[in-house]
This record gives sequence, structure tokens and C-alpha cells, in this order.
Amino acid sequence: MDFSLGPEHQMVQKMVREFAQKEVAPFIQEWDRKQQMSPEVLPRMGKLGILGICFPISLGGQGLDFISLGLACEELEAVDTTLRVVMSVHVGLCGLSLLQWGTEAQQQEFLIPLARGEKIGCGAFSESGAGSDVANLQTTAKQDGTDYLLNGEKMWISLASKADFALLTARTDSNPKRRSQGLSSFIVDLHSAGVTTGDIKGKLGVRAGSTGWISLQDVRVPKESRLGEQGEGFKITMSAFDSGRYTVAAGAAGLIRACLEASVAYAKERKTFGQPIAEHQLVQAKIARMASDYEIAKLLYLKVGWMKNQGVRNTYETSMAKQFATDASFNAASEAIAVHGSYGYSDEFVVERYLRNARGAMIYEGTNEIHSLIQAGYALGNRTDKALRREMPAYEPQRWQAEAAGIREAT
Amino acid sequence: MKIVVCVKQTPDTAATLTVVGGVASWGDAPLVLNPWDEYAVEQALRTKEAHGGSVTAMSLGPQAAKESLKQALAMGCDEAILISDPALERADSLLASAALAAAIKRIDAPDIVFFGKAAVDTDTEVTGPQVARRLGWPSLNLVAAISELDPAAKTITVERLLEEGRQLVRSPLPAVVSVVKEINEPRYPSFMGIRKASKAEIPIWSASDIGLQPVPEPALTWPEVIAPVRAEQSCEFVSGETPQQQAAALVERLIEEKLI
Ligand SMILES: Cc1cc2nc3c(=O)[nH]c(=O)nc-3n(C[C@H](O)[C@H](O)[C@H](O)COP(=O)(O)OP(=O)(O)OC[C@H]3O[C@@H](n4cnc5c(N)ncnc54)[C@H](O)[C@@H]3O)c2cc1C
Repeated sequence: MDFSLGPEHQMVQKMVREFAQKEVAPFIQEWDRKQQMSPEVLPRMGKLGILGICFPISLGGQGLDFISLGLACEELEAVDTTLRVVMSVHVGLCGLSLLQWGTEAQQQEFLIPLARGEKIGCGAFSESGAGSDVANLQTTAKQDGTDYLLNGEKMWISLASKADFALLTARTDSNPKRRSQGLSSFIVDLHSAGVTTGDIKGKLGVRAGSTGWISLQDVRVPKESRLGEQGEGFKITMSAFDSGRYTVAAGAAGLIRACLEASVAYAKERKTFGQPIAEHQLVQAKIARMASDYEIAKLLYLKVGWMKNQGVRNTYETSMAKQFATDASFNAASEAIAVHGSYGYSDEFVVERYLRNARGAMIYEGTNEIHSLIQAGYALGNRTDKALRREMPAYEPQRWQAEAAGIREAT
Repeated sequence: MKIVVCVKQTPDTAATLTVVGGVASWGDAPLVLNPWDEYAVEQALRTKEAHGGSVTAMSLGPQAAKESLKQALAMGCDEAILISDPALERADSLLASAALAAAIKRIDAPDIVFFGKAAVDTDTEVTGPQVARRLGWPSLNLVAAISELDPAAKTITVERLLEEGRQLVRSPLPAVVSVVKEINEPRYPSFMGIRKASKAEIPIWSASDIGLQPVPEPALTWPEVIAPVRAEQSCEFVSGETPQQQAAALVERLIEEKLI
């Protein structure tokens, strides 16, 4: 067992930190107030390779491992949650699902441009009537010759209005033997005829990001764009969550760290009753809790990253990491506001944004109530992992970093 | 072009200097690539991108300084060399420049050597010019722009940033150029660079490898380092109805404190 990060991981951490701190942090309050995503964010993350961090070089990526993905998410969310959300949906839900389930042709067509950051991906499962209960979703995909025709509306989709492709789950069987067998997954080109998208305004948090809807009216999707087999959509969606939730967990660790750093700095500055508030034990208790929660959240996500590198199924551990870190980040943000007093209640300081952003992560990628159900299922022995037709491949440095013919390495 | 860039590992700029047992200490501050040197590395890389060739990053320091060289490799330098020797541990700028110049002479026909303006820890701003002097090359310091560089004619024209304004200087190559931060915006390391750097084996040159034998004693030593007493500051407002009363109250307070 080795708890240290090697030079590669340390340099990844530093590089992503510098990007987020230098290029995003100075302007984030402005974009958060405007409720808009800075047009710089996606192109810059693409150019720097962050959007392709953990994909094989032969598939347009940077050839790094799952731990690098987690470290990058931590650094991004330490500045703003919306940066990490990009990783959750573009890399986690969309890209990694293509890596796990895609045919070679699908990887060539969709994954390579995603990994290079030339195209943006998202994951579209939720609808106005179905969130936690994914198997109940109503968007339909009807076979029409060699195509499918998609109809319905996806709601609360991160990057809906920015993405080029969506990994989208739709109903292909209205009367399946088992509820979950009625769904199939598709890679939908969001520039197709019949697709309209828009952003939701007035959100509590992630205001500098894009969360929206995707409406589909007789959208023609070729059979070649179906990911996996017909009826495999539920399994694909659940495995997409194993990837997405990992990025949420790692990001939330970054948010706890940001709350801790802001609180420590403020507690040393602000004086009451003749001494810095850092000297008061009740303030110290808050800071101690943030520090230990950060450590726990970090240990949990790094363990999941390690499991992913080994190619070991991690639904249970990922669920715990996601739930713990997001609950703890909300608590840390709330306590950071307490440390800041009335100033914490104003958007002149960062911590109120942290609180608003932290709340969302307790809802998406499985509400934290759903995560309790998942964990209880494993703990009680009611739930076990069944082998999937295609598992997420283990990280193999040699294979990941080999250059295949015809695919140039981006510099 | 054969391009060399000299870099130093320094404490992070947020670090504070304290005195522990009569010795200056940066505590356990993280060690980084000297921030000024990032601009030098960037300029070296841009020079290579414009004119071809290769960039060698060179550092004088302890084994741990390899980390900073890795940072330079991750940014895109082609190779890195660490000059490290117990005899060079307490090098002042005279000795450091002797070691760096000796090492640069071992490199096949360099055209240009870049330095950052200063190292944030020692802050002498002389290492670059001293290396130039030892090599017998022109020294161009405080360089804020390279306006022209002709590898065939072996000439360079630079803009020096002076208090009075900018000075245009033309010089033959090879030359030593030390840069200020106005010259460019350093890039982040690329992931590809990071992968390569993390695997790179960095050769170590000892004093005898660079022909610096015997190693001269440093001219400067620090016989004693004293930390200044930290002044406790506090602010007090003296009040009074009229300016006269305020002045009287102030005088009273100053007498009380035995200041007048
Ligand atoms: C900012 C943001 C971004 C999002 N991004 C995406 C995205 O990119 N892609 C996407 O597909 N979706 C996305 N979502 C949607 C998100 O995944 C859903 O909102 C979430 O799954 C919850 O579903 P719901 O809103 O329908 O709530 P419901 O499922 O209606 O749940 C309502 C409440 O009931 C509880 N509950 C439900 N079932 C149970 C149960 N069996 N036992 C106990 N409690 C239960 C829930 O925990 C919750 O508290 C996003 C949401 C937000 C807020």
C-alpha cells in the first residue's frame, strides 16, 4: 500500500490547479451573477487536454489514469463546481460510457472528437417525470427502417445547450418483461433535425454553468448510434453513473478543501473579543471537522480511483464516496458561512457560492437518499454486482499511451 | 538553434523566511520552479518553436531540484541536466556562475542561454550577467521582448525594460539573456509533457564532471543570521472636540508612552 502521489500525479494536480486559479477564479463571481457559462471555459479545457485526460492516446486522449481524473476534478471544483460538472458529464457520463460500451466504429466517430475536446458530450437520462426512477423514463425510440425515431423531453441536463453529443437513454419497449429491460442507450447528435435545447434559469447553484433541457421531435438516429444492445440501456445508464459519481466525489473533496482554506484564512484575520476568531474553540471545531472531512473524502475517492485503475467494479465504493463527500461539502460550506459571519452571507465572499453549488451534488448522479438505498442493498446482501457484457477496462499505461496509426498526439 | 535555459528550485513565493538556530530557513514551504524562470523557459520554448533546435534545461542544486527540472521538461524542454555536488551546496552567485558556465561549456555550441531576472530566494539578479562574463558573451538583462533573432547571421535584438523606458539593444550570438515577466505568459505543462517528464532520467553532473576542480570556496558566507524583532502594530484613535483638544490629547498619549 502506498499513499503517496508520484511526480506524474503531482504535476497533473499543479497544472489543473494553476489553470483554474489563474483563468477561472478571477472571473467566476461575475459569471455566477450573470447566470451564464463563460465562453472560454470549454475551449480552454479542451485545448489543455483536460477534457480527454483519462482516455487512451490512440482514442484522442492524454493517456493518464483514473486517479489523474479524480485529482483534476478536485482542483476544478476547488474553484467552481461548474468546471467539475463539465468533467462529470463530458468525461464521466458520455466519454467513459463510449470507452466501456462503444464499438470501435463508435469510438472512432464519437469518442475521439470528445477526447480531443473538439466536441462536447453530455448525459441525458432525467425527465420532468423521472429522475431517481430511471426505469420509468418516457422518451421513446421507435425503430423506423434502419433508424430510430426519438420523441420526448429530457430535463435538468448539464451542458444541454453546449454539448454536441448526448448519451441519451430512451424507451424502446413499452411493455418489457422486466421494467429495466425496456430502455436503450443512444449517442444522439444534438445538431440533428428535431432537437431543440435550452438552459434553465433561476437555479440555486451552478449558476456559472449550463443546466437545461433537450426536446426531441421525430429525431432520426441511425442504428449505428445505439450504444450497446437494444434493451441494455438501463445497465449502460447505471455504469455511466459509476463514472460520473466518481468525478462528483472527487470534486466535492475539492469543495471541502476550498471551504477549509477560506475559513482558515478568515479565522486568522477576523478578531472578536480581542483575539482572532481562530482562537475560539467553537470556530476551531468547525475547522477541524472540515479538515478531517476533506481527508476522508479524499481517501474515499482515491481508493475508488485505484479500483478503477485495477478494473475492479466499484459501484458500492463510488456510491459511498459520492454521498459522503457531497454531504460533507454542503456541511463544510454551511460552516464556512458560519465562520465568516454576515460576510459569508454575501457574494462578495466565495463561501455562499460554495453552499449553493454544494446542494446540487446531493441531488444529481443519484440523490443521497438513493445512495443510502444502494449502500443498504449491498450491506444487507440484497444487492450484488453481476458481470456486465462489457466492463470498464482497467488502466494499462502501455496500452493507454501507445499511439495508434493515423492518430496524432496532440501537443 | 541550441538553446539552454538555467532554472533554479526556490521556495514558493508565499513562503516566509525565518531564522532557526542562526540559519535562514524557509520552513517546510513547497519548493517550486523559480517563478521568474518560468518566463525564461517559456521564451526558450518560443525561440525553439520559431527557429527550430532544442532546449536544454539546466539547474544547479540539490537532488530535489530534479523536481523543478521535471517541471521544465513538462512544459516542453527536450532535456534536463542537474549540476549537483556537496561542494557546491553553499554556492554564492560567483561560485554558482562558475559552475553554470563550466557546464554550459560542456554543451555543444549553444547559441543562446536564458535566465530569469532573479531567483526569488536569493534575489541577487547577477547570476545571468556573471555567467555571461565567464563565458565571454554579451549579457542582455531585463529583457522584455526579443524584437529580432537571426540564427544564420547570429544576431539578436532585444528590448530592455528600464525605469526610464525601453532600450533597444543589438548583440551578436551566442549571448546570455535574462528576462523579466513582461516578456511572455508562461504556458502550463501539457499532459504529454507531464507523462514524459515523470519518466525522464535526469543526468547529474558533479563538480569534477564539469571540470570545476578544485571547487573554489564561496567568497560570501553568512556568519550569522538575525531575525529582526517583529514589531507589534496596533492602531489607536485619539479623539477630541476641536483640533486643539485633539493635539493636546495626542501629546498626552505620546508623553505617556515616553515617546516625547
Ligand atoms: C444541477 C443539476 C444538474 C443535473 N444534471 C443532470 C444531467 O446532466 N443528466 C441527467 O440525466 N440528470 C441530471 N440532473 C437530474 C438529477 O439526476 C435528478 O434531479 C435526480 O436524479 C433526482 O431526480 P428528481 O429530481 O426527479 O427527484 P425525484 O426522483 O422525484 O426525488 C424526489 C425526492 O424523493 C426522494 N426519493 C425518490 N425515490 C426515493 C426512494 N425510493 N426512497 C427514498 N427517497 C426517494 C429523492 O431522494 C428526493 O429527495 C441534474 C439535476 C440538477 C439539480
